[in-house]
Amino acid sequence: MAESAAAPHVAPQTGGAEVTKRDFLKLVAASGAAVGAGSIVWPMVDSMNPAADVLALSSTTVDLAPVTAGQAITVMWRGKPVFVRHRTAEEIAKARADDKGRLPDPATDATRVKTGKDQWLIVVGVCTHLGCIPLGNRSTEVRGEYGGWFCPCHGSHYDTSGRIRLGPAPTNLPVPPYAFEGDTNIKIG
Amino acid sequence: MNLLRIAAAAAVLALATPSVAVAAEADMKFPAQSWSFNGPFGTFDRASAQRGFQVYQEVCAVCHAVKQARYRNLDGLGLTAKEIEALAAAVTIGDIGDDGQPMERPGQPSDRFRSPFPNERAARAANNGAYPPDLSVMVKARAGGADQLYALLIGYDQAPADMKIGDGMNYNKYYAGHQIAMVAPLNDGQVDYADGTRASVEQMARDVTTFFAYIAEPEMEVRKRLGVKVVLFLIFMTGITYAVKRRVWADVH
Amino acid sequence: MAGLHKSDIPNPVLNWIDSRLPIFTMLQKEYGVFPTPRNFNYLWNFGALNMVNLVIMIATGIFLAMNYTPHATMAFDSVERIMRDVNYGWLLRYVHANGASMFFIVVYIHILRSLYYGSYKNPRELLWILGVVIFLLMMATAFMGYVLPWGQMSFWGATVITNLFSAFPIVGESIVTWLWGGYSVDNATLNRFFSLHYLLPFVLVGVVFLHIAALHITGSNNPLGIDVKGPQDTLPFHPYYTMKDSVGICVYLLVFAVLVFFAPNFLGHADNYIPANPLVTPAHIVPEWYFLPFYAILRSVPDKLGGVLLMFGAIAVLAVLPWLDTSPVRSARFRPVYRILFWVLVVAGVVLGIAGGKPAEGVWVWISRVATAYYFLHFLVILPILGKFERPLPLPESISRAVLGAGGGGPIPGGAAAKPMEKA
Repeated sequence: MAESAAAPHVAPQTGGAEVTKRDFLKLVAASGAAVGAGSIVWPMVDSMNPAADVLALSSTTVDLAPVTAGQAITVMWRGKPVFVRHRTAEEIAKARADDKGRLPDPATDATRVKTGKDQWLIVVGVCTHLGCIPLGNRSTEVRGEYGGWFCPCHGSHYDTSGRIRLGPAPTNLPVPPYAFEGDTNIKIG
Repeated sequence: MNLLRIAAAAAVLALATPSVAVAAEADMKFPAQSWSFNGPFGTFDRASAQRGFQVYQEVCAVCHAVKQARYRNLDGLGLTAKEIEALAAAVTIGDIGDDGQPMERPGQPSDRFRSPFPNERAARAANNGAYPPDLSVMVKARAGGADQLYALLIGYDQAPADMKIGDGMNYNKYYAGHQIAMVAPLNDGQVDYADGTRASVEQMARDVTTFFAYIAEPEMEVRKRLGVKVVLFLIFMTGITYAVKRRVWADVH
Repeated sequence: MAGLHKSDIPNPVLNWIDSRLPIFTMLQKEYGVFPTPRNFNYLWNFGALNMVNLVIMIATGIFLAMNYTPHATMAFDSVERIMRDVNYGWLLRYVHANGASMFFIVVYIHILRSLYYGSYKNPRELLWILGVVIFLLMMATAFMGYVLPWGQMSFWGATVITNLFSAFPIVGESIVTWLWGGYSVDNATLNRFFSLHYLLPFVLVGVVFLHIAALHITGSNNPLGIDVKGPQDTLPFHPYYTMKDSVGICVYLLVFAVLVFFAPNFLGHADNYIPANPLVTPAHIVPEWYFLPFYAILRSVPDKLGGVLLMFGAIAVLAVLPWLDTSPVRSARFRPVYRILFWVLVVAGVVLGIAGGKPAEGVWVWISRVATAYYFLHFLVILPILGKFERPLPLPESISRAVLGAGGGGPIPGGAAAKPMEKA
């Protein structure tokens, strides 16, 4: 195939049906390359998701027997503190009384505890504002205006049902998934 | 040019094989076995591996640690979550109590397999100075792989008349130097298999080897399945890119 | 407007970027229209394959480093955790480990290509030397990387090779203590090897950039070894060589995949699955396969210092190759004697590799010595002399004439045959 002497070689254009056939082949090749690239990237991205050992430690059991009425303990669950409070009858009553009150994040107390076990309030102890740990689990700590917890970082007040009452936090302290195993044992997660 | 590539490939293979064969057992040949997990489509025989786990628990675990494995890894053998929980709970694991002192508690699926000794020195002290090695990756840690492990387990025999066996040592056809500190671990009928299979030495050796092959490479089945897909895809892509290349170069050739 | 690059890129957004930082113009020039000899064979794929391999190694390495712990008490366990618990951790690990082997397979073929076709000759001497630097960086990186899993071979290989430096008189012992950060290979050594293993690949990227920059000044060599005479001898890199490289990449990935998915431990050593034990030496300490020829050269000399010098000398000799080979003809296609001697050298290299994997006893000692002697003989004696006396075959007039036959290429000014390698 003769070329003019000094002309640089340029890939020739052809028209009509040949373009379609070549284009289809190129399309298949390009999509194949995209699939290949995606399947190379995915394992790298997925390797950053929680590993099997992290997922395996996703539940904790807690023995409630040593926690007397009025006392509260803090346990670690998935790297975060969880408040386990054994509420007195007054605290339960106060929480119930406020069910219909003006709540920034409305929720009844009954929905935040297990039936027949409403003396046990279990909430994740991380303030829903910006993530500090509220005070109030220990009897020496300030509990805020509503008798629950008080977050010292920006002044959020939580009540005896762990609901946000005052301050910048938008939502109530979350209740983690948990279940009773017997009367005095719970499994969180 | 093609000749160059073939020569290069041959060079690579020639270079590769020697470095694999130069283990201490370079002159030892292990009889080749047929394993369910061999080959590009191999899988672990679940029933055999479960029997092997029983052999491990009743025989090997007395002296050997398998600390890279956790009870939850047994899900790959077909055990359900409940079975694994029960299995783990039946084992006592050492831990630190709330008072800061060492205590024992029932195992959990997330625990590592229980080690018989707290550390290597304790293991040596209890075994006349010989350390029963951790078996987690033993199948990968020997050039002969599963064949070698199996051969070792069935390789115990009477020493030949002209060989002097050291104090506390045992003759084994398939161990480097033919003298091993470990007493023959398997005896006929030693384990009462849950599924009723007759526990001959060969049977137990085969089952426990399958189990340890799984423990060394729990990802093997996923790896081979994915490998088939990847290789087929790449063969397809090679064909397609070659076709596009030929088209692009058509005006040049 | 003052100071802007005049960009020809049609897309307005890309044009805006390009006029302020002409990346797209540069890519167009260096990888789009770049005139590339039209007669490459598939051996010219291997440079691009090296680049792909480097990217794969860096990417997998970064994700592995997210889960690896560089402490002597935890390294082995952290690698096992990656294999068992990290999602696709086994894949990342096996790709990275086998990727090192693939890197050396590809680089050795790339180097052999250059030896056969005279790609190291004028004016590409600096390109070649940069390549030797890349090779050294690869070896250092691979050596340190192999220590990281802290298996028996990791530990003992590190001990043997770092101990070599004690061969240097007077300062030897101090150098070794300094390298170790202690009195033996231990945690301090592991930690610094991890840091340097993470660093060197990026230094390598820099040198690769220089390597390609140098290449783009001189242009590529080609299988005929004769210079490009004009545009009729070349093709634009895109789409001709982008597509051809894509084919090569698919084949390379195929070989890689077969290794990773079906024989991930074939090129490795079983002893590295035994946790490092400073009190137990493995029966045969061997490096990974790609170091075996150098290991054989090292052991062929009974004197420790001599062995070290000869081993580094084997690479130094490569660096000065452009000045050792006196032949005015580049490509072995036209050098009937060199062509055969090239293959003899390859055989010597393979023999050295096999010998490096054997225990240093008996007949293998003599085989290593003969092969080592031949290696140095080839570069230091044969090449300088051969170039003066070899009668090369007649070179074609031009690449396009050779490729397209009598009708192609147009009139060539001057004599009938192309002149061998013109001096710059």
